[in-house]
Amino acid sequence: MADPEIKSYEPHHESQSAAVTESRPVKAVLMAIAFAFLAVFLLLPLIVVFHEALAKGIGAYTEALSSPDTRSAIRLTLLVAAISVPLNVVFGISAAWAIAKFEFKGKAFLTTLIDLPFSVSPVISGLVYVLLFGAQGLLGAWLKAHGIVILFAVPGIVLATIFVTFPFVARELIPLMQEQGNGDEEAALSLGAGGWQAFWYVTLPNVKWGLLYGVLLCNARAMGEFGAVSVVSGHIRGLTNTMPLHVEILYNEYNAVGAFAVASLLAGLALVTLVLKTLLEMRYGAEIAATRGH
Amino acid sequence: MEVRVVNVRKEFERFPALHDVSLDIRSGELIALLGPSGSGKTTLLRLIAGLERPTKGAIFFGDEDASQKSIQERNVGFVFQHYALFRHMTVADNIGFGLKVRHGAARPSGQEIRRRALELLDLVQLSGLEKRYPAQLSGGQRQRVALARAMAIEPKVLLLDEPFGALDAQVRRELRRWLREIHDRTGHTTVFVTHDQEEALELADRVVVMSQGRIEQVGTADDIYDTPNSPFVYSFIGESSSLPVKVENGEVWIADRPIGLSAPHAPSGEAILHFRPHDVDLVDGCSGCIAGTVAASRRVAGTRRVELEIGGERQRVEIELPVDHPAAQKSRVAFRPRRWKLFPAS
Repeated sequence: MADPEIKSYEPHHESQSAAVTESRPVKAVLMAIAFAFLAVFLLLPLIVVFHEALAKGIGAYTEALSSPDTRSAIRLTLLVAAISVPLNVVFGISAAWAIAKFEFKGKAFLTTLIDLPFSVSPVISGLVYVLLFGAQGLLGAWLKAHGIVILFAVPGIVLATIFVTFPFVARELIPLMQEQGNGDEEAALSLGAGGWQAFWYVTLPNVKWGLLYGVLLCNARAMGEFGAVSVVSGHIRGLTNTMPLHVEILYNEYNAVGAFAVASLLAGLALVTLVLKTLLEMRYGAEIAATRGH
Repeated sequence: MEVRVVNVRKEFERFPALHDVSLDIRSGELIALLGPSGSGKTTLLRLIAGLERPTKGAIFFGDEDASQKSIQERNVGFVFQHYALFRHMTVADNIGFGLKVRHGAARPSGQEIRRRALELLDLVQLSGLEKRYPAQLSGGQRQRVALARAMAIEPKVLLLDEPFGALDAQVRRELRRWLREIHDRTGHTTVFVTHDQEEALELADRVVVMSQGRIEQVGTADDIYDTPNSPFVYSFIGESSSLPVKVENGEVWIADRPIGLSAPHAPSGEAILHFRPHDVDLVDGCSGCIAGTVAASRRVAGTRRVELEIGGERQRVEIELPVDHPAAQKSRVAFRPRRWKLFPAS
């Protein structure tokens, strides 16, 4: 209540009124529970990851990271993300555009479909590709006859990753675009802009922070995906192992330093994503606020 | 540029928003589309702009059929109800946008675009604000920027959707006068949509009154106010009172008494009498007048409004009295409408 002046066009966070404020002990207990929970389930594991990775010193750590198989896993993960994230950006923007700006039959169905990867177990997503492209699969014979390799190779991993990560960008953009409506685009068209010009100069700048946010989440998931990729990759060392798969293999071989070293990279990625996400939220909270939902 | 709307019909998913509307807009005219919400006024404006396509009928710009042209080809300046300024661009970039997106030789140089933007900013009296962003402007200032942006493309026609709808009363009145000045200076054919009759009557050369997807009446403020041609216009524009009456042999009757109004051309039978509350003559005694008892009375600025109960059926009707008129509660007042009109009873 300290600031009676309402600044328009900036989000004003509702200050808590006295009536709904809990008493001090209740507050303290609630906060203690939340912090204890986060410490045990999130902070502790994070510390363990870095502790185990560095258990035998920096030398062992860098050595573990520079082994050829590990390097190949890192390269493959970067490659898969570099292919699937841009594709999902294109897909996400088109889907969000279609859903937010047009009226058409089957719109509700399309919206549901976009959420499908969230509701299906990643293992099943992977299995679907095996059933489709595997040697005994629907398209297996045809693919083999034409010498196209999808399963147990990079294309399969990319496909599975795209499937698992495609909701992120679309889900960020749909509510944002719906909220903004068609007004700005209509204004651009009335001023003589073509469709592409309206998109580049008006639509894209209007959603850029939401888009960046979606890309960030999409990328984090693309690099970290385990289940779906595990099914389609075939775990061929140095060829089709991504970082998460490689972590599992190393761990199963009792190579704790190696496993946790790679895991520390993934954890680092998560931390960077988290920091960037927080910075984005702080700076552009209003634009992102509309996109809560998962 | 004159604009002709010819027999236009517009349906949204089979729901008709406009029925067979025709309208001639003269070159250089400032014309208002006035109506309650749902009357189709904004739809008509968007059809002229090319933001919607007519289901039937045609729209001509001059002698050219513009019906199938896209909004870009029509070259109209459109000011949106909530301005639709580009929030990530400065005021100058907003105004210059229409020039920047032109292609090839039609596109002026960056310097020229900037010069034009500043010139227009001067026209709308916002010099010095070119580096601001829309969020840093007041509602009235945004309205002016939106207008400057629309005028930057040298439109054939200027279209404004509820231009003052989102502003407070004071700013509204100011901007109204200012828009009239700009119009007189630049001579653009201008169409604006409003639901505010005062705004329409004060600002426009001619007013188009719309209701339920149809044009009820087109005319100057005087035409519309003094000779409304339908019960809707009578009740929508200004104050009006109405009474059910009977016409017999060219005389108007209420119940079993003639009220001293002759309507030689009206068909005999039931009808509704419309008149303005202030447009009445008070008369003494009653042979050939409307008489009633005062049921309620209230002071409105310089006059007094009284509600009269007329006849046995207790029809209520409002008239205006001088403040010093001695009509108190329960007293009888007799009057005769000075200007009135009969419409068939529906």
